[in-house]
Amino acid sequence: MISHLGSYSLIFCTIFAFLIILQSAKLIENQSKIFPKKIYTIITLQLFFVIFSFSCLLIAFVSSDFSNITVYNNSHTEKPFFYKISGVWGNHEGSLLLWLLVLVLFLFLFILDTKNYDNKYKLLTVIFQEIIILGFLLFIIITSNPFDYIFPVPLEGLGLNPILQDPALAIHPPILYIGYVGTSLIFSSSLAAVINNTVNSEWAKQIKKWVFLSWIFLTLGIMLGSIWAYYELGWGGFWFWDPVENVSLMPWFCLTALLHTILVLEKRNALRNWTIVLSIATFSLSMSGTFLVRSGILNSIHTFANDPSRGVFILTFLFFLIFLAIIVLFIYSENDKKTSNNFNILSKETAVLVNNWFMMYFLSVVLIGTIYPIFLEVFTNEKISVGPPFYQKLMIPFLIPFFIFMSFGPRVKWINDKLKKINYTQIIVFISSLIIAYIIFTNSSVSYLFSSFLIAASIFLVLNSLRDFFSKSIQIPQKISHFSFSILILSILLNGIYSEEFNSNMKVGDELKFIDKTIKFKGINFDEKDNYKLLRGDFEVIDSGKNTLNFNPEIRIYNQPVISTSEADIKTNLFNDNFIVFTLLKDNEIFNVRYQHKPFMIWIWISIIMLAFGGTLAVIKYGK
Amino acid sequence: MNKKFNIISLIIFFLFINYSFADEKIKRIDKVSKNLRCLICQGQSVYDSQSEFALSIRDLIIKKIDEGETDDEIYDYLKVKYGDWIIYDPKFDKNTILLWLIPLILFIFGGLLIFRKVIIIK
Amino acid sequence: MVNKKIKLFLILSSLIFIFFTFYLGLNKNNYYTTENIVYKKIENFESYEFFSNKKISFKNISPDKKYVILNIWSSWCLPCRKEHKNLIKLRENIKVDLIGLNYKDKFENAKSFLSELGNPYDIILKDKNGLISIEIGAYGVPETYLINNINKKIIKKYLGPINEENIKEIQSLVK
Repeated sequence: MISHLGSYSLIFCTIFAFLIILQSAKLIENQSKIFPKKIYTIITLQLFFVIFSFSCLLIAFVSSDFSNITVYNNSHTEKPFFYKISGVWGNHEGSLLLWLLVLVLFLFLFILDTKNYDNKYKLLTVIFQEIIILGFLLFIIITSNPFDYIFPVPLEGLGLNPILQDPALAIHPPILYIGYVGTSLIFSSSLAAVINNTVNSEWAKQIKKWVFLSWIFLTLGIMLGSIWAYYELGWGGFWFWDPVENVSLMPWFCLTALLHTILVLEKRNALRNWTIVLSIATFSLSMSGTFLVRSGILNSIHTFANDPSRGVFILTFLFFLIFLAIIVLFIYSENDKKTSNNFNILSKETAVLVNNWFMMYFLSVVLIGTIYPIFLEVFTNEKISVGPPFYQKLMIPFLIPFFIFMSFGPRVKWINDKLKKINYTQIIVFISSLIIAYIIFTNSSVSYLFSSFLIAASIFLVLNSLRDFFSKSIQIPQKISHFSFSILILSILLNGIYSEEFNSNMKVGDELKFIDKTIKFKGINFDEKDNYKLLRGDFEVIDSGKNTLNFNPEIRIYNQPVISTSEADIKTNLFNDNFIVFTLLKDNEIFNVRYQHKPFMIWIWISIIMLAFGGTLAVIKYGK
Repeated sequence: MNKKFNIISLIIFFLFINYSFADEKIKRIDKVSKNLRCLICQGQSVYDSQSEFALSIRDLIIKKIDEGETDDEIYDYLKVKYGDWIIYDPKFDKNTILLWLIPLILFIFGGLLIFRKVIIIK
Repeated sequence: MVNKKIKLFLILSSLIFIFFTFYLGLNKNNYYTTENIVYKKIENFESYEFFSNKKISFKNISPDKKYVILNIWSSWCLPCRKEHKNLIKLRENIKVDLIGLNYKDKFENAKSFLSELGNPYDIILKDKNGLISIEIGAYGVPETYLINNINKKIIKKYLGPINEENIKEIQSLVK
């Protein structure tokens, strides 16, 4: 019953989408200053029905209604309540419904937010956004309906994968999708602005809060995915350059570039083409991400459904949208008159351009690394892997010039800045960075001279960002975000350099020395919980100062579905993370034990949260 | 009781010796196994995976290091058996020229675009 | 204006190119297998016969046969249990020697496996540490290889348990 209602709601939404598009097209040339009430009503109705549809699915999950095939495949009566709810979007069909919900919601909020704006622009935005909404509705109804029936009704569901029962992973999709879907609104409004010939600082002022909003959520969404990978997968890593991770990182580079570009557009009415191209690219990358992850075209542990027919649909839809955008650009962009001036080399405009340059480069590395194997296989039938070494080799060298540019860029003035004859502060900062880097270099196992330059550049960036805190002319959000970014980079670098890893096979009672620490395997005990049995290991790590840490990692055997996982025990404090995970080898007596000492881990998460916080302060400021 | 204790201490002793003197070798084994993909658990490296295949590959790496082979020789051996796919690091060869060059070409291209747009005001 | 049209044409054609590449890519299997790594010569390897523990060289097995079939199996592998009756059927229907390679197994467990499900093998070799399987390019269990015994090249690989269709295919290949 509930599922029927949910399903019909979607059909209503589709009808509304058609109505809105047709009506809006008719009313575009209408010179009225008031936004057509009719359209506003239908959009509101559409929002209501999509919320209703989502609620139907939510109720079906929470009440364990196994007549719904999506609920049957992804839930279980014994699932904790919180995870029954997150199960709604923890699968392909449900997550698309969430996408749809946010798509409609953002359009609704956009209409409310642009009360005093040009009607033509608003109606055009509505049309483009509704085209996207329509595409998603058709995709859901035709290929991925979350309300399909199964008969006879099974008594029990197939259960959610226990690895997915994690708080970080539960909220990761909604946060990430808000980031992705925000880019759809930017896309629609950019095309609308192009047609309306209003790509200018007025428009930038209005749209920038949406850019920032998307960026904040995308940043946090990526962080949540990394946190989950780190705490749950137990391998000690937080970024694996897996295709699904790359697919969330690509729009982030684009969105970061767009975020800076839109500020140039607002302040100086320049970089119009960059803004439009970046808007289209960011959304295209978000959609491509959806395609790559859900079509089964890539080999990844993260991928959802492996269904080529769904892949064809998204692929066609995605390229249709890109085609549409390019044709709109072609028809409506200004003719060849040179409307854009050159920039002075020492100006904030140039600094933003340089930032874009590096962002686009990093984006191209990740993009090509991710999709190249597909191209190679189609044309030569050869399969290759593109793993972390590729990304590291191509990106790390470019970080040095990037950090140096970033140390100066934010402080450069608009239009024209002068190079001071001798800048004593800069020299002090420069020398301090080299000294600190040298200390780190000699006190660690860093063997490459190159790494020390990288650390120096990173410290240089930190010190300069810190200096900016005392500058009156720089805005607070910028200060916070840039400084947080520099801390993020430094934390990642120091963590990479100073992390220590111990990997050995041990039996109960073994005691092994590792550098300056002793690792004792004291014992194991058995226990049983609601939906799993477990083997709890008792470990002690004693360092040279006689400080002892106790670890209790677990090996869990779930009963629904039957999966065995290793849960790491991670001790986090402000200075480092200590980490033990163990797995059972075949013989039942020998365990493979991994101990890791990872300094500054928590600073990685703190700095990303502060990075997003800076963006949030900006949005609050713009809202006033 | 005494015998068991002796055996255990012998084991610990050998593990200890193995660990302190073979530190460099272990680093090499770890480095190579981190660069190899497990064919059974395809999302994990041979270093992380506990599948029988991964365990055997790690034994193979140890054997080949003991026989004096270089990292590249080990990679080449495995590439012949399992295809280029098994290596995470795509080597620069005829299959991967575009892979490595396109981003760099784009970077230079981007630099040129900026160069054209930016002027120096006296 | 012409300049713009050329740009548009180039962009649209590259998009169509990319679209078709992805479209073709969709039909490719995204899970990697070594199924197509065939026509490789199996270098000689040394192993021990399962029951007698006698040392045997691969190149000396079944010298009079044109083809041999190598099947990698273990007692702890569930799909191996399922395919075992097919192996028996296969051996009954063709005049080709079936070599078993017992992969990373305990002797007692493997022996009971054979007593329980039957022994279709003409000879069984042991791969205690899995290195022989790596040498021949295998990575999982079960895997079955049809080998040209004269030049020792792998003609066909079956990854996973063999079924009726595979049996028919092998029969036609060894005619």
